[in-house]
Amino acid sequence: MRCLVTGGNVKVLGKAVHSLSRIGDELYLEPLEDGLSLRTVNSSRSAYACFLFAPLFFQQYQAAAPGQEALRCKILMKSFLAVFRSLATVERSVEKCCISLGGRSSRLVVQLHCRYGVRKTHNLSFQDCESLQAVFDPALCSNVLRAPARVLGEAVLPFPPALAEVTLGIGCGRRVILRSYQEEEEADSTVKAMVTEMSIGEEDFQQLQAQEGVAITFCLKEFRGLLSFAESANLSLSVHFDAPGRPAIFAVKDSLLDGHFVLATLSESDLHSPAPRSPELRRLAPPLQAHSTPHLDDFANDDIDSYMIAMETTVDSEGSRAVPSTSLSPGLRPPCSPGPYSEDNGAEASTQPGTPPPKKFRSLFFGSILAPAHSPPGPSPVLAEDSEGEG
Amino acid sequence: MPLLTPQIQDENDYSLVASLDNVRNLSTILKAIHFREHATCFATKNGIKVTVENAKCVQANAFIQAGIFQEFIVQEESVTFRINLTIFLDCLSIFGSSPMPGTLTALRMCYQGYGYPLMLFLEEGGVVTVCKINTQEPEETLDFDFCSTNVINKIILQSEGLREAFSELDMTSEVLQITMSPDKPYFRLSTFGNAGSSHLDYPKDSDLMESFHCNQTQVNRYKISLLKPSTKALVLSCKVSIRTDNRGFLSLQYMIRNEDGQICFVEYYCCPDEEVPESES
Repeated sequence: MRCLVTGGNVKVLGKAVHSLSRIGDELYLEPLEDGLSLRTVNSSRSAYACFLFAPLFFQQYQAAAPGQEALRCKILMKSFLAVFRSLATVERSVEKCCISLGGRSSRLVVQLHCRYGVRKTHNLSFQDCESLQAVFDPALCSNVLRAPARVLGEAVLPFPPALAEVTLGIGCGRRVILRSYQEEEEADSTVKAMVTEMSIGEEDFQQLQAQEGVAITFCLKEFRGLLSFAESANLSLSVHFDAPGRPAIFAVKDSLLDGHFVLATLSESDLHSPAPRSPELRRLAPPLQAHSTPHLDDFANDDIDSYMIAMETTVDSEGSRAVPSTSLSPGLRPPCSPGPYSEDNGAEASTQPGTPPPKKFRSLFFGSILAPAHSPPGPSPVLAEDSEGEG
Repeated sequence: MPLLTPQIQDENDYSLVASLDNVRNLSTILKAIHFREHATCFATKNGIKVTVENAKCVQANAFIQAGIFQEFIVQEESVTFRINLTIFLDCLSIFGSSPMPGTLTALRMCYQGYGYPLMLFLEEGGVVTVCKINTQEPEETLDFDFCSTNVINKIILQSEGLREAFSELDMTSEVLQITMSPDKPYFRLSTFGNAGSSHLDYPKDSDLMESFHCNQTQVNRYKISLLKPSTKALVLSCKVSIRTDNRGFLSLQYMIRNEDGQICFVEYYCCPDEEVPESES
């Protein structure tokens, strides 16, 4: 893999790395035919983020050397972040940035060509390829909000930096409400009795497709990460969500890149705390409950681990290579229920001679996502459905 | 004015008397070498040299020449004492380290001789503070025997070009490797950290390069923890001269322009680390 980023795009790339660094400690770098993908997941697997930079984003882009298979790698977020640590400096002095993987050196080489002919070369050690994927599809979410990142950025500005979670909901008059979330025990104490609430009118949104009364609670830190990226790139941010407890998808997109953050949301029971709340949320609660009941069984925890597939991709079968694209857009996957799909893969993997233990890890992992997915009939047509996945 | 009594004493009683209209012309330079608690001060009629050392491997010298002071009197041939630099700096900035624009803190510094405290009289807006700092037995300082005739390679760079490099040094690397060569890569700074290696190359025809005199390829490693403190001098300086001698000893000289446009110098010496293994490049 070899790609060359020039001018202002170096800063965009750096900014994306900064926002990914809010989530995970490891960065998965995967050159695909349709662009360079940067992904990460947090340690508790409750947040996943990916950016895809289209080939046109780069001055030059080559996913793999001719006749060779594209390599993918995992590196420490810290070390990649160090390359772009000071965005002000990057903007001021870096003229172009060349990233290459493979070739003779067993390092990920990031070369920055700076002002005055100064050249910085970082040879980063990486770990063997393991592709990171989350199965999600914004098209399946019944609720969608879309607004310029600036609008949402200004709305989260008043929240204290230490605030962990925020509740996003639709209040009466179809106003979008952002409220600081407090856990039950916290809310009980009189010390932390302050609740901050921001309300945004429908007219500030480019799209608002949600019922009055729906609400989700998610982590603010990760959200802020994507927001700051979207604000600097002057993009709109869309939020796709379902019932509480199901992951919410935050997306940005322009012609050269797209970014998706998938964040776990608190499940119903947590939201439904009897703690002192402002009237709106109490009003919000009943419809929420009604809405989400069917899903409670399969998505009871606030963890999206069950949606995450970390798959050993050194198994160089056709099947496994097809997976990266399906991860982002399950719609591209041939229509089949998850059951056979995984069994196929398991069988395929086991026939590979000399494949190392990761197979087990992989099948285990598939098992864990399959268990809940089997019971309701819902998810399987979903996987087959055509979607705007890449968007 | 009982507080100011010492000033009324005959100046001949002091082995060192120095006055300065703007104390920051002294404190700024001293901050550039403040990486250890204690410093040794040597005063001659030419000025004051303040020396800080660490691990018998690195030495920093700040030179404040007599011309920087409005009054500078040394009675003996040389006056030497050791002082707690942290306290000295705290006293010098007793009216605040970033004063209001247009207000200057003036300093009068007196030292009576061996065994006496260093007296500081600081004045700002008519308020006078008197500080007495106990002096200590001077310790012998290292002689790096860095002689310009033995210098193999010498580069003068605009500090701007090194500032970022030093502030972003990968501190997980134990050493900073400096390559100076008449051929490519000319001047290279390398680190070898947990995450991998980094190289920073400066071409010899770069606009940052004020002068480039390299005679022979030299690759030397220096403990990064010993060199990192020189960043303090680097950020204050406008130019830096980087020299290595035939033993691989490193000399970094920083040219620092003070608020009145006068030039002062700060110098760092550092011993090289163990021999570079052949296999690594």
